[in-house]
Amino acid sequence: MKNENLYNYILGIADNSLILGQRMGELCGHGPSLETDIACTNISLDLFGQVRSYFQYAGKIAGDGRTEDDIAMLRKEREYKNVLLVEQPNTNFAYSIGRQFLFDVYHLAFLEQLQKSTDLTLSAIANKCIKEVSYHERFSSDWVKRFGDGTEESKAKMQEAINDLWTYTDELFHQTEADKAMVAEGIGVDVTKLKEAYYKNVGELLEESTLEIPESKWFQKGGKNGVHTEHLGYLLSDLQYMQRAYPNMEW
Amino acid sequence: MSEAQIKSLEKQFDERIARDEKIEPKDWMPEKYRKTHIRQMSQHAHSEIVGMLPEGNWITRAPSLRRKVALLAKVQDEAGHGLYLYSATETLGISREEMYEQLHTGKAKYSSIFNYPTITWADMGAIGWLVDGAAIINQVPLCNTSYGPYARAMIRVCKEESFHQRQGFEIMMKLANGTPEQKEMAQDALNRWWWPSLMMLGPTDDVSVHTEQSMKWKLKRKSNDDLRQQFIDQTVPQAELIGLTIPDPDLKWNEEKGMYDFGEINWDEFWQVVKGHGPMNKERMKARVGAWEEGTWVRDAAMAYAEKKRNRKEKRVV
Repeated sequence: MKNENLYNYILGIADNSLILGQRMGELCGHGPSLETDIACTNISLDLFGQVRSYFQYAGKIAGDGRTEDDIAMLRKEREYKNVLLVEQPNTNFAYSIGRQFLFDVYHLAFLEQLQKSTDLTLSAIANKCIKEVSYHERFSSDWVKRFGDGTEESKAKMQEAINDLWTYTDELFHQTEADKAMVAEGIGVDVTKLKEAYYKNVGELLEESTLEIPESKWFQKGGKNGVHTEHLGYLLSDLQYMQRAYPNMEW
Repeated sequence: MSEAQIKSLEKQFDERIARDEKIEPKDWMPEKYRKTHIRQMSQHAHSEIVGMLPEGNWITRAPSLRRKVALLAKVQDEAGHGLYLYSATETLGISREEMYEQLHTGKAKYSSIFNYPTITWADMGAIGWLVDGAAIINQVPLCNTSYGPYARAMIRVCKEESFHQRQGFEIMMKLANGTPEQKEMAQDALNRWWWPSLMMLGPTDDVSVHTEQSMKWKLKRKSNDDLRQQFIDQTVPQAELIGLTIPDPDLKWNEEKGMYDFGEINWDEFWQVVKGHGPMNKERMKARVGAWEEGTWVRDAAMAYAEKKRNRKEKRVV
């Protein structure tokens, strides 16, 4: 492939939305209230919409006829490039909110920069996505505040989720080979530069929510290079089920 | 209020409905009118919410991104319908919590069709095409019902439902025109959903208990049997168009009557499911009650946070 770095770079961005969208989609019909149910479904819907834009573009770049669905549903588990954070399960609603929040703060800052990409398609996609993602970030931040400063039970649950998910935050700022190549070409975002502001913003919101900022400096990584947690395989067996069981058909 | 006064109010009330005037929340209404509307409207809202489950079951496994997005949007629409139907019902003086309580304890019903399982992707097509198709036939007349908030909610619901129905039919059409395996999947779904869809339009007129009063209040404008006939006459040509066979050996066009004759409906099955013994009744209720109970701490936190915020604001003002 001529533009392999660009292709891989797009997949690295889109896989986060794909896997997180799938996780949020699991909640549909089972939310704690009708309003939150609608909001979570809406976030999932936005993320899958973004995925389609990215993968349609990636398909064009690959130039061998592969479709958005081939890219989304017919790769092997080691070929998914999402960060470990987004594949973490919906243990309870505090985990779903915590995962969303820790990703949204990053996602928003990332898209702000991607808007400046010299690749006009990526910049246009970022421009469209940023409106949606600022809503996601508001939604998840509001719930972190409600839980942190709500009842004793909600505070404990939220703190536990943040503590457990914290270990996956550092990976957001790791660079892959494709990242480095794309940054050099002015197409990609230098994620290492987003780190400081990220921890500052997250820290402030946690403080406002009367939650503690985890002190642990032990972080997990691997997702960006296809080394995932055990959770991803099960998520993929749902995501890929129809394409695997009924190959080469149109739906 | 004296009996004579009530009689006179009732007379005026009936006259307003006869003149096609809308009844609004603050207007006087007979107690029976209020109760009947609470029953029917909350049942309708519950059906939307429980109805999210069989389709939600396929969100993670939708066969393409396009279908996944459409399915998510559809289930989200249903949640939205539930939301404004609950709100419309609240105007009659019952809270959403009370309505949930009635659903969770089995006091309130929801559409029995959602007690059938969705076991293949084709069921997403069959539900959209047949179940939403039957729902529209039931609901379009309600856009002109006498209670204002219900009528207005139904106008919006019906618009979205007809979009869902076309979407469902399109899923079926794609399958029916696909590989032999896909066509078989579509036919199998039609076989399983056809009869429950006919039952969805309610018991036959001779045993239907609520019809007469509901007709007067425009809560119902056609009888169950007429609605069922309309559904069959409308759906059979659609099945023919995409080359699927309606699973009824007695189905035959009756030239004289200008409508289809159809076979005997298994009403024993209908009553079994209505009484709580369908294939998925227990699971559906478990999912709803489970979501509500697991959500208690979430709702409590939201209340506590709002309360704290209010107190802080008041302190600042002082």
